[in-house]
Amino acid sequence: MKIRFVLNHKEVEIDVDPLKRLLDVLREDFALKGVKEGCGEGECGACAVLVNGKLMNSCLIPVAQVDGKEVLTIEGYKNTKKYKIIEEAFLEAGAVQCGFCTPGMVMAIEALLSQNPSPEESDVREALSGNLCRCTGYNMIVDAVLLAARKGKGLW
Amino acid sequence: MVKVFMPQSLKEALRIRKEEKAIPFAGGTDLMVKRGRLRGLAPYFEKPVLFLHRVKELMGVKFEEGRVRIGALSTLSEILENRDIPLILKYAIAEIASPAIRNLATIGGNICNASPAGDTLPPLYVMNARVVLSSFTSEREMKIMDFIKGPGSTDLKEEELLKEIIIPVEFFNIVFYRKVGTRKANSLSKVSFAGVARLDDGIIKDIRISFGAVAPTPLRAPEIEEEIIGKNKVKIIAKIPDILEKYARIIRPIDDQRSTARYRKTISLKILEYFLKEEIK
Repeated sequence: MKIRFVLNHKEVEIDVDPLKRLLDVLREDFALKGVKEGCGEGECGACAVLVNGKLMNSCLIPVAQVDGKEVLTIEGYKNTKKYKIIEEAFLEAGAVQCGFCTPGMVMAIEALLSQNPSPEESDVREALSGNLCRCTGYNMIVDAVLLAARKGKGLW
Repeated sequence: MVKVFMPQSLKEALRIRKEEKAIPFAGGTDLMVKRGRLRGLAPYFEKPVLFLHRVKELMGVKFEEGRVRIGALSTLSEILENRDIPLILKYAIAEIASPAIRNLATIGGNICNASPAGDTLPPLYVMNARVVLSSFTSEREMKIMDFIKGPGSTDLKEEELLKEIIIPVEFFNIVFYRKVGTRKANSLSKVSFAGVARLDDGIIKDIRISFGAVAPTPLRAPEIEEEIIGKNKVKIIAKIPDILEKYARIIRPIDDQRSTARYRKTISLKILEYFLKEEIK
């Protein structure tokens, strides 16, 4: 089936099994390897992308469901000013160790800040509750988000 | 490759459901996992798949004539953001899965999965929710308590779709929800508890209690609630051991990978005791 959607701001069309997971389409057909597969069942958030601005696990979405929609992955986000702010905050707070969870974390942070530009710590923990990190123990990531929100004031 | 349908209207969806015996696909957060295969391979469906995400008649929350009508394809996030939704349902949904899953998962999916641990069910039981079931030729309405028949089993017929959920809007001054899971996000309930009550001048005018994950279907016992209704909140304190005893007889959980029967029973009675002692005042 032909599926058309906007991927990282560009219109794309692909002839594909409509039930194929968005995660596999992004990684295999579009070579977007920033989208990671951790658990494959919605628990870990490593595959999180934004669909029409909303955070979703791409492992749980058959590609047919994004037909006509906008999908944003870390690759489409990384050249923005907002991303730069998050990146700097991650570096400063020590929020990255192995980095596997980072793309999904960043998408979850964008989803949070676009709704709530000045979050409390509890808002951050809630927003990241579907993203697992086995290295940092989360505190540094939470610090990084609060830092990014301060540094990026007015951007979101 | 199996046939896939993406209808735009309910009528079309119901015709496909009837003619193709297609599997309804709502948010997909359970289906994609249950039917998942090795990475790279599309999930396996033995029958045609009926995507419902474009059917407008199944979307949205309406508030009218003292009732809230929730389209079956409303996502948990949409319900959480809506101000007309009864609090008890919001409390439960806020603790389901994670933000990313709540953006996909639908209330209709949670109901039709009929998991004993389905977290929207105890709140819907206490709110006396009703479900509207549509087929190509007819429509019927029933109590959610009658619709849920057992683990994974509902009264949904092969040519029907769950269209909407109707909740009567009623006033409760006590609204209490508690979920017990391994961690705060992304865990399935070991036990869940929904309790609402209306107190007026110290008299318990109404009380409704439902437990999740302690029986094949959510548990609600109107006959025990009836015995509490009309009593003074102070007098009820002395009755608590008797009430707990009555619930202890009907709470029959099982051992599974998430918890044990003994833990579930102990904890559900403790939560009930807390509700009656500390919340009803």
